[in-house]
Amino acid sequence: MNGPQDLGGQHGFGPIEHDGEPEPVFHHGWEKRAFAMTLAMGFLGQWNIDKSRHARESLPPAKYLASSYYQVWTEGLIRLMLDAGLVVPGEVHIGHKEVTPRDLHREPVRAHEVAAILSKGGPACREIADAPKFAIGERVTAIRMNPVHHTRLPRYLRGCPGEIVLHHGGHVFPDTNAHGKGENPQHLYTVRFAARDVWGELANPRDFVHADLWESYLAAA
Amino acid sequence: MGHDHHDHGTGHHHHDHDHDHDHEHSELSETALRVRALESLLVEKGYVDPAALDELIETYETRVGPRNGARVVAKAWADPSYLDWLRQDATAAIADLGFIGRQGEHMVALENTPDTHNMVVCTLCSCYPWPVLGLPPVWYKSPPYRSRAVANPRGVLEEFGVYLPETVSVRVWDSTAEVRYLVIPQRPAGTDGWSEEQLSTLVTRNSMIGTGLALDPARVKS
Repeated sequence: MNGPQDLGGQHGFGPIEHDGEPEPVFHHGWEKRAFAMTLAMGFLGQWNIDKSRHARESLPPAKYLASSYYQVWTEGLIRLMLDAGLVVPGEVHIGHKEVTPRDLHREPVRAHEVAAILSKGGPACREIADAPKFAIGERVTAIRMNPVHHTRLPRYLRGCPGEIVLHHGGHVFPDTNAHGKGENPQHLYTVRFAARDVWGELANPRDFVHADLWESYLAAA
Repeated sequence: MGHDHHDHGTGHHHHDHDHDHDHEHSELSETALRVRALESLLVEKGYVDPAALDELIETYETRVGPRNGARVVAKAWADPSYLDWLRQDATAAIADLGFIGRQGEHMVALENTPDTHNMVVCTLCSCYPWPVLGLPPVWYKSPPYRSRAVANPRGVLEEFGVYLPETVSVRVWDSTAEVRYLVIPQRPAGTDGWSEEQLSTLVTRNSMIGTGLALDPARVKS
């Protein structure tokens, strides 16, 4: 979707506020809890990372841009839980149970389980039978599209010519996985775009921008 | 409100927000209350255990952070066979040092050279290699960096005090999938014979994102 998350190439956001290093990991107590709740709820397996990203980017654009990052995470988590039927809006407002919780047939994740879950991670690679359509060094074009669903092809690259520089094998396809329509793994490639082909003549001819793009985002040049 | 205030006490205040303190404070308190209500609800419903939340927070506040990545870089500088392994299979080479798991499942190492400078961004959200760098700094997740890193990387680098000659090729990597990138900055001159541990002190978080360079050893010593 052409949502507020798709920021590449936009103007007017002002200077980068970097404070030097080291920076505290969290800047407010509530950020810690919001971060940890988002992970702990994710561990319950009621949604996946693509669905989580889609929940965040589906916030109204004005709200997304006016919110801090963990505010976006908090609102995204609430949306995921509402959609999954884990909570109802009134409960979120008052902070107390009003309806019987849906039985997930499991206990919440316990502290002693956390390290193992984080170490295991969630690899996105999948075996796929189809041979890759593109080879390293091949010229491709990022397709033009404007889907209303979740996608990871940024607007600034649509229609631009590039070159395959890495092949990562099969990876879960976010465009369907975000909507409960299956993982449908596709070959994933890193594509190199000349800065001038993306941004125009003022870009330095030596500069490049790369993105990791799924096979169906690409056409042979 | 009390909860937020209570947890604040680690001196995190953003200095340039102080002039706007009352406004910020009331807004954040509303968020703090919302988050606290959410936690009460999820605990009451049996979905989360507060002790597990504490463990998650402690993990990323104290155990996972850019010192991990600095060890990877220092080893790559000191040991050519390790650098080769990083080039071939960065995920395995990094896992060999014990840095594995969430948001580092598919790693690629990007080597800076005298001719090329690499810089990493996620224009679509905040993708970042957690096992080696920890959680991303606020600026990495914010619109000014996400919007401009791809379109004007040299301008962004100047904001970070990095001035590159026109002749250096700047290569930006937009983390649009689950591949995570770690920049291997150039090893500074004047570090011959340094141990990996000494070398790692020159490796900053920003040098591994590509918005900085490794520290000058002369300046570190003084």
